[in-house]
Amino acid sequence: MKRKSQLRSGSMPVLLVVMVFAMAAAVGFGEAGALAADPPDYSGQSVSSVAGAVRGRTTADHSQFEELQHEFPDGPAVTAACLSCHTEAAKQIMKTSHWTWLYSTDGDNDRSDGQAGEVFGKAHNIINNFCIALPSNEPRCTSCHIGYGWKDGSFDFSNELLVDCLVCHDRTGSYKKFPTAAGHPVYEKDFPDGREWPKGSGKTMPPVDLTKVAQNVGPATRNNCGSCHFFGGGGEGVKHGDMDVTLANPHRSLDVHMDVDGPNFDCTMCHTTKEHDIAGRHFEVAAYNERQFVLRGVETNLLACETCHTNNPHPDHAKLNDHADKVSCQACHIPTMAREKATKMWWDWSKAGTRNEQGKAFAKKVDVKGEQVMSYHTKKGEFIWAKDAVPEYIWYNGTLKNQKYTDKVDDVTPASEKCDHPHGHFDYLDESKPVVYINRVHTDHNDPAARIWPAKTHRGIQPYDPVNKTLVVPKLFPGDGPDKQEAYWKSYDWGRSIQAGMDYAGLEYSGEYGWIQTEMIWPLKHMVAPKEDALSCRDCHARDGRLAALGGFYLPGRDYSALLDWLGIIMILGAVAGAVIHGLARAIFGRKG
Amino acid sequence: MKRELIYTGFERFWHWSQAALVIMLALTGFEIHFGWGLWGFETAVHLHRALAWIFVGVIAFAIFWHVTTGAWRQYRPGGNFIAMVVYYAIGIFRKQPHPVRKTALSKLNPLQKVSYLVLKVLVIPIQVTTGFLYYYYNQWPQLGLEWSLGPVALAHTIGAFALIAGMIGHVYLTTTGRTPLTNLKAMVTGWEELEAD
Repeated sequence: MKRKSQLRSGSMPVLLVVMVFAMAAAVGFGEAGALAADPPDYSGQSVSSVAGAVRGRTTADHSQFEELQHEFPDGPAVTAACLSCHTEAAKQIMKTSHWTWLYSTDGDNDRSDGQAGEVFGKAHNIINNFCIALPSNEPRCTSCHIGYGWKDGSFDFSNELLVDCLVCHDRTGSYKKFPTAAGHPVYEKDFPDGREWPKGSGKTMPPVDLTKVAQNVGPATRNNCGSCHFFGGGGEGVKHGDMDVTLANPHRSLDVHMDVDGPNFDCTMCHTTKEHDIAGRHFEVAAYNERQFVLRGVETNLLACETCHTNNPHPDHAKLNDHADKVSCQACHIPTMAREKATKMWWDWSKAGTRNEQGKAFAKKVDVKGEQVMSYHTKKGEFIWAKDAVPEYIWYNGTLKNQKYTDKVDDVTPASEKCDHPHGHFDYLDESKPVVYINRVHTDHNDPAARIWPAKTHRGIQPYDPVNKTLVVPKLFPGDGPDKQEAYWKSYDWGRSIQAGMDYAGLEYSGEYGWIQTEMIWPLKHMVAPKEDALSCRDCHARDGRLAALGGFYLPGRDYSALLDWLGIIMILGAVAGAVIHGLARAIFGRKG
Repeated sequence: MKRELIYTGFERFWHWSQAALVIMLALTGFEIHFGWGLWGFETAVHLHRALAWIFVGVIAFAIFWHVTTGAWRQYRPGGNFIAMVVYYAIGIFRKQPHPVRKTALSKLNPLQKVSYLVLKVLVIPIQVTTGFLYYYYNQWPQLGLEWSLGPVALAHTIGAFALIAGMIGHVYLTTTGRTPLTNLKAMVTGWEELEAD
């Protein structure tokens, strides 16, 4: 209210003039002018144009709501205010995997026992080859949870006040969860001068003005989704090969749909949302099963390209349309991955722990196509990155089979002897040693649902239990629990770290650990390029083209029978030689005669 | 010797259009197969497809012409096939006379009859059939076909090699006339000096 009264007393004449002009504009420009006739006061806001856009899309101006006209001590206090009107919002969120970090194949994601379907999730059984696993590392990982305070196993998943509304609905761009605070941002009451991040850097994250954020909420934008999804794996561009901050304001050649000067799509344009449940792939459950044009209003998600583009998207080019039976749209229309910022391709945990001459942790950087990226860190080991790189290509039907905590690993068969081992441009594996597939396609050319798909494959080396033959859950992040001294980032002792992580997770651990190569597939689907940048035929229809390693079918221009080609060439050379010899003989004998 | 019209206008048109089509189909086809960089894959595919359709049109005309004029009888196998082989292997070097007399009514020798028959009823139909199957691969399910593309593609490739090898032999044998260019001239003008009765 304070802000409003200031406006009335000080800016009244100016406002009147503006309104006269705005009303005139409203006559001339219809809807756009009508919005201008009601000028919002967003003075001092960094992203006022964004907030202005909210007003065009909703029927409520949250800055006028009485419930939001006071100071909020923390996030849950804001949530309480939100829920006083949006009575069902938290209940809806609690059913989604954004809250549970679980996904059940029967669609019932609540955390009660006795689900009929198979359950997957970071919060249950899923492991990766980035920061490996959630248990015992919560306060760090859950800085990307859609809640407040999931710092250990005691988190109350039934407390509606712990749902974080703002991380998805903030339209000021100023709301940021602190990286190690279990989902909380920096609060004025705790850190009035801001909180230091990264530790020891001298830089601080300022406290969030919760009142301002609460008054400027709106539908989720690319920035909201990106505040977590651009940073998956612990840093920008680490996990996905097709998501980083460049997607917040992409130009046409980076993403033809999100182009800020073009269609300017938000994520939710395709990732359609129903009762806060956002469409997408969930481990072994495909994002969609039908590939067909969808009339708007029909209750299905719009994730398949075909829902807008139909099954025959190339006008006057039947042969290109024919490709759609076996080739994904993405294969040609995402010509390279990580086009403007590098993505991580290799993470070798076994190299972690080396200190510098002063006995301290250190980091090394390296240049990748003009970008400085971390190539080594004492806490994390060795990395290799790639930028604007050719992806690997896989047969993919929308589902990936995941290695779970208790799944046995094959630590004997060398990678070179696994016939289904995909080889790529960024294959730093030692082929003579075994490799574990953290996730796997389980399809091939013969599956009518499978398409050739571009993928980033993230490979690395991580700890495992050579006696029980499982991957292990190390405690990396100290946090402030009683076992914080056990964390690898404190002790630099893998034995202690793994014991603590496995104990916390309630998993069986033999007490011995070893290192094993792993590989994880990230199918690419974002950063769709404009048509002029799509691949051309020869990129794949060539003997050494992009699909050189993808077996199981005959690809024109790539495949041939060497025997047959040689026979053919010999046949042609034979015909030429026969003609030459016969002709010479005729000439010689003819002269004699 | 007397001058006779041995190849009619249609026959000459048919012959030379086939020659041009086979050469162009081979060049575009091998561009697709080997990636020589003549046109690039996409243009080569478009050209190959357009040429194939023109070829089908020419074949349809030719069949109609051969049936209605009765000229198909020229290809009925007959005569002393062995004598021709012996002539090309031995006789030609001893300046022995050609074993078969060419007339307007019987312009093909026994070896030509067999070769062209094999070309018309075996090699070209195989190329046309495998070519269309190849191009319309996506419609196979509607046709009830459950094959894989590989064998069809390889058969088409074998046919292409065979056609080119055959064409080289064919072009060489045109030089075995009275003078090296006699046969070529006849196929251009239609007229040839033949032995009088």
